[in-house]
Amino acid sequence: MFALVDGNNFYVSCERVFDPKLEGRPVVVLSNNDGCVVARSQEVKALGVKMGVPWFQLRELARQHGIVAKSSNYSLYGDMSARMMAVLGRYSPEQEVYSIDECFLGMDGFERCALAGYGRRIRAQVRQWLGLPVCVGFGATKTLAKLANFVAKKRPEFGGVCDLAALSPVARDELLAGIDVGEVWGVGHRGTPRLKALGIDNVKALRDADPTWLRREFSVVLERTVAELNGTPCIDLEEAAPAKQQIMSSRAFGAYVYDLAGLEEAVATYVGRAAEKLRRQGSLAGAVQVYIRTNPFKEGHPQYQRGLTVPLPEPADDTRLLVRAALLGLRRLFKPGYAYQKAGVMLMDLTGARHTQAALFDTDRGNPALMRVMDRVNACWGRGTLRLAAEGIDPHWRMRRGMMSPCYTTRWAELPRVS
Amino acid sequence: MISIPTPNPLRLERPLFLSRVPAGFPSPAEDYVEGSLDLNEHLIAHREATFFMRVQGHSMTGAGIQDGDLLVVDRSLEAGHGDIVVAVVDGELTVKRLWRRGGRVRLLAENPAYAPIDLKDGQELAVWGVVTNIIRSVR
Repeated sequence: MFALVDGNNFYVSCERVFDPKLEGRPVVVLSNNDGCVVARSQEVKALGVKMGVPWFQLRELARQHGIVAKSSNYSLYGDMSARMMAVLGRYSPEQEVYSIDECFLGMDGFERCALAGYGRRIRAQVRQWLGLPVCVGFGATKTLAKLANFVAKKRPEFGGVCDLAALSPVARDELLAGIDVGEVWGVGHRGTPRLKALGIDNVKALRDADPTWLRREFSVVLERTVAELNGTPCIDLEEAAPAKQQIMSSRAFGAYVYDLAGLEEAVATYVGRAAEKLRRQGSLAGAVQVYIRTNPFKEGHPQYQRGLTVPLPEPADDTRLLVRAALLGLRRLFKPGYAYQKAGVMLMDLTGARHTQAALFDTDRGNPALMRVMDRVNACWGRGTLRLAAEGIDPHWRMRRGMMSPCYTTRWAELPRVS
Repeated sequence: MISIPTPNPLRLERPLFLSRVPAGFPSPAEDYVEGSLDLNEHLIAHREATFFMRVQGHSMTGAGIQDGDLLVVDRSLEAGHGDIVVAVVDGELTVKRLWRRGGRVRLLAENPAYAPIDLKDGQELAVWGVVTNIIRSVR
């Protein structure tokens, strides 16, 4: 048995905890650089605003309905998420944090207590301790728990908690027949039209479809999904997130960058961030990929996009060595005369810090002590307090986040004010 | 067999001893070591539910809460009569003393210059959290 607990409109809910004026008003949270809608309050969904819509297209609607836009504040959402996951972790010996706002809980052995009541307790505690609304779904498999969570969210009569196993078979069939097949975890945007073309347009039809035929027509993945819908667990809880195989850091710029110096600063900064993550998971990178591109949506402007992978002589986690490699690549890529809009780096070929193959010739292995000091200083006084000069001082390409709320829970200077 | 000294020999991890006693007396305090005092432990009972807030204004000076003080606010606690709470009034966060008697609920300022806030019939009290500690720097 599994539970899936998921925050409702998580980013918007986090904003509302510290700014109660936003309660009951239509609110959106925008992506980096205030580009697109990444979270919507219920009121905004009711206006028909879709996920991912560029903010500039919404200006008129926003004026009419008083939509409040917020720049994304990941320090706040991350802190609230960590608190929420800690609270939820006490409800089961097994927890898989699936994303910033949802987690699975293993419910084996809990079947004999009334799960719906357990779910209501979870909901009430997260609401009181953190001010965040969540929905809880229970199911015999992860796929069913996801589906139950969807029902808990969309059908108000469930009061935010749904245990599919507690429904009568007739009621369950009726419920599943009313849910679009695209809502099933793992079916996705690609599978949905094909399934519908074959007459499988709701969850019940998929559950009752012949699994061997599905495997032939689609894939073993879909066969597994159908087994899960029928109550046979095929997907286990992953309690410890596996170490990442690549680490990406890329951003669109707040303003176009035309010169190599500006790109160098941006690339060095992204390497700095990625290297910090690399050291946190205790890995070394074997290669650094750099890429730069112009704005593909800007029609009539000259377009350029290229990436390059630079292998390192020896796997490393020292920011200075990684930056050196990335800048080497960047200088090869750069062509003057373009308006660059985005740059990114990816640390690849990751290995554990302990299993390294030494190079034949002595190479610069970096300075772990210096990196440790840098990471600790930055953890204490904020990102970028200690950084390489290559990252620049107050660069003009930095992100636009004009409507960002304070970091209420992570910075002393930005605590909520009470009068 | 030829062996070449490595230019960067592997560092050997060595265990760290708390006290060295090759000769002489062991420290008599050793048996009494208890670790150190942690202010978080003293001020925070429910870590996930605890938030810090900054006081702005003078409405609670009678309760010893000054402009600029840092409040420790615990959301997990059930607010009762007499508690100092952070409440939501007209969309703003405000710190007041909760007064709850005979079905009446009021939020009291502790400064004669500020009027109490009476909750009207049907108006629900929205307590954000209960203030558990006040922190003030004196220099």
